[in-house]
Amino acid sequence: MKTFPLGGIHPEENKLSTAATIEEFPLPKQVTIFLNQHLGAPATPVVEKGEKVKIGQLIAKAEAFVCANIHSPVSGSVNKIDSVKDMFGIYKNAIIIDVEGDEWVDTVDLTPTIVKDIKLSKTEIIDKIKEMGVVGLGGATFPTHIKYMIPEGKKAEYLIINAVECEPYLTSDHRVMLEHTEEIMIGVSILRKALGVEKAYIGIENNKPECIAAMTNMATQYAGIVVEPLKVKYPQGAEKQLIKAITGRNVPSGKLPIDVGCVVNNVGTALAVYDAVQKNKPLIENIMTVTGKALAQQHNYKIRIGISYNDIIEHIGGLPDDTAKIISGGPMMGKAIVNLEAPTTKGASSMLVITEKEAIRAEEKECIRCGKCMEACPMGLEPYLFSALINNGNIQDAIGEKLMDCIECGCCMFTCPANKPLLDEIRFAKNKFRQTMMQQQKK
Amino acid sequence: MILAAVIVLGSIGALFGLLLYVIAQKFKVIEDPKIDEISEVLPGANCGGCGKAGCRALAEAIVKQGNTEGLKCPAGGNEVAAKIAKIMGLEAKEEEPVVAVIRCSIACSANEPKSHYQGMKSCAFAHSLYVGESGCGYGCIGLGDCYNACQFDAITLDPKTGFPIVNDDKCVGCGACVQACPRKVIELRNKGIKNRRVYVSCVNKEKGGVARKTCSNACIGCGKCAKACPFDAIVIENNLAYIDYKKCKMCRKCVAECPTGAIVAVNFPPKPQAQPTDTNENNDK
Repeated sequence: MKTFPLGGIHPEENKLSTAATIEEFPLPKQVTIFLNQHLGAPATPVVEKGEKVKIGQLIAKAEAFVCANIHSPVSGSVNKIDSVKDMFGIYKNAIIIDVEGDEWVDTVDLTPTIVKDIKLSKTEIIDKIKEMGVVGLGGATFPTHIKYMIPEGKKAEYLIINAVECEPYLTSDHRVMLEHTEEIMIGVSILRKALGVEKAYIGIENNKPECIAAMTNMATQYAGIVVEPLKVKYPQGAEKQLIKAITGRNVPSGKLPIDVGCVVNNVGTALAVYDAVQKNKPLIENIMTVTGKALAQQHNYKIRIGISYNDIIEHIGGLPDDTAKIISGGPMMGKAIVNLEAPTTKGASSMLVITEKEAIRAEEKECIRCGKCMEACPMGLEPYLFSALINNGNIQDAIGEKLMDCIECGCCMFTCPANKPLLDEIRFAKNKFRQTMMQQQKK
Repeated sequence: MILAAVIVLGSIGALFGLLLYVIAQKFKVIEDPKIDEISEVLPGANCGGCGKAGCRALAEAIVKQGNTEGLKCPAGGNEVAAKIAKIMGLEAKEEEPVVAVIRCSIACSANEPKSHYQGMKSCAFAHSLYVGESGCGYGCIGLGDCYNACQFDAITLDPKTGFPIVNDDKCVGCGACVQACPRKVIELRNKGIKNRRVYVSCVNKEKGGVARKTCSNACIGCGKCAKACPFDAIVIENNLAYIDYKKCKMCRKCVAECPTGAIVAVNFPPKPQAQPTDTNENNDK
């Protein structure tokens, strides 16, 4: 069985919610839609205060290159367009909509029939994906259509679908693969057509045998789609690691997957593409895992964007007493939520409730140069050296040691016996370097 | 035998000596002796307050430019400026000494922190992640980046809140802390007569209601102070008042007018009508 060769770790899997079927999350009274649902520039609002909107109506338009359209997830009237605190407590512009009824725009196909015929042409598909505001649902929320605008002189050979879900706790992709198998296959076929390739690989880690079985079974009807079971190892879901595991190709430092002929998309994105192209349904909801060791019940919700974390907590019946931290995303790369009034966004794949025992960071000690961080690093870097250089204020030398290649997976910090905040230091230095570069460009 | 050795080695020595001399003449670097002289009088802390890489870099820049326009050693102050002017054959300009001022009240530390931070001890890193424990996205984070940047031991940190306290006597106004602060909370202001200063102790640019919700001592940009000021020293920009210390005559009318107590006056003798916050600020002396 395949996997990537360099580094990697095996954190406790804790996939508690694998058996929980996807439930529809009830509509709240009010939703808050950030204009920055995605990576890149914020979208420009096209609705005004007091305007009536329907579900699926365009409310903010993408004007910059790296940007995605935003559609209303509810029907109702626009309460106001104002700056609202996001989950880190930072004010960002958002459209606030009061929910009234449940009325969709006419163009969306709401029937449960599965549409197999792909009628649109290659460019029409990409335009449709762009129009429907589809972004990568693996976590980075990069606008999907940009990945399919292949730069001149480069050629795509493989489409790789990331169904690895290597982060502990998360099960949204797991449930999607079991409950929407056929839609995913059609979605993958659409993406293949958009890319102009025949071959598509779906990488699934072998801790999800029922997903592998269901997908392999379905793939027999779709020539060219290969389900590739992978050995369990974190961070296999990282783009470069997944390409290495499946194709054996190395993405060189500072290059993109397309430079080695690959395009990688998440399995959730494939489903969103199916909805967008075949059903004309914009990206207004995603699958979210609500889990935690202390929670009495584990859930996988189909949830509209813009619902606040407080609404979710209320719906699951409050938080357990020893909750210390709530994380959006997985425990390895997710981010702690500071402001629970903040709404969910397109990329919110999970709400993870962490107990006090799990959340505590152990006391930091001196580095003993054991080299465990080097062994664990999937990019072949030397985190202990970065730490030493950064603490001496020598970021320039750290950059020379390929600091910018770091994918921030957190393996080094996970494995460090001295509990050094290695990833914090690396992120700090990367930020600082980007700022300096921006300042120099301005000059 | 000995003679042969002396002749061979001697001639090799003479040959290389000549070679070195020729090379030294051909690739001679002519350096202005003034650079060395100026380097001598500079403090030598390499604090970077002048914006150059170090003291020698400043000396080189001054000599290259020929005058001290836009180049000065903030740490050395007027004394060093006078010495440099003498070396350069210029007339020294007296400049008012400046001091680092923390434009944030510690009002938030009286409240429960809204979150707990466990990461790397660095304001810059915490700032890149989120608003900080206080819940204010503009104010002091309290992890001591300014303390680490100060080369002159002028900043001490409050052990409980991590809030920096500037020692006016030790601070040379080099501006290293201003550069280090990721939120630009610290400003260089004139030292003032007997260290007396009036300033807006807040940098929150949010609208009034929002700013007030985060901090009881926030500037809400109401403009009362600007109306009260008889010298037009106060401007309101981005919902935030700023007192221009060059125009301020320290009448302290604005201090009494401010509804949130965001304007503070430090080191004034206690006055019956003065705000109670004034005296609190004096405690660090």
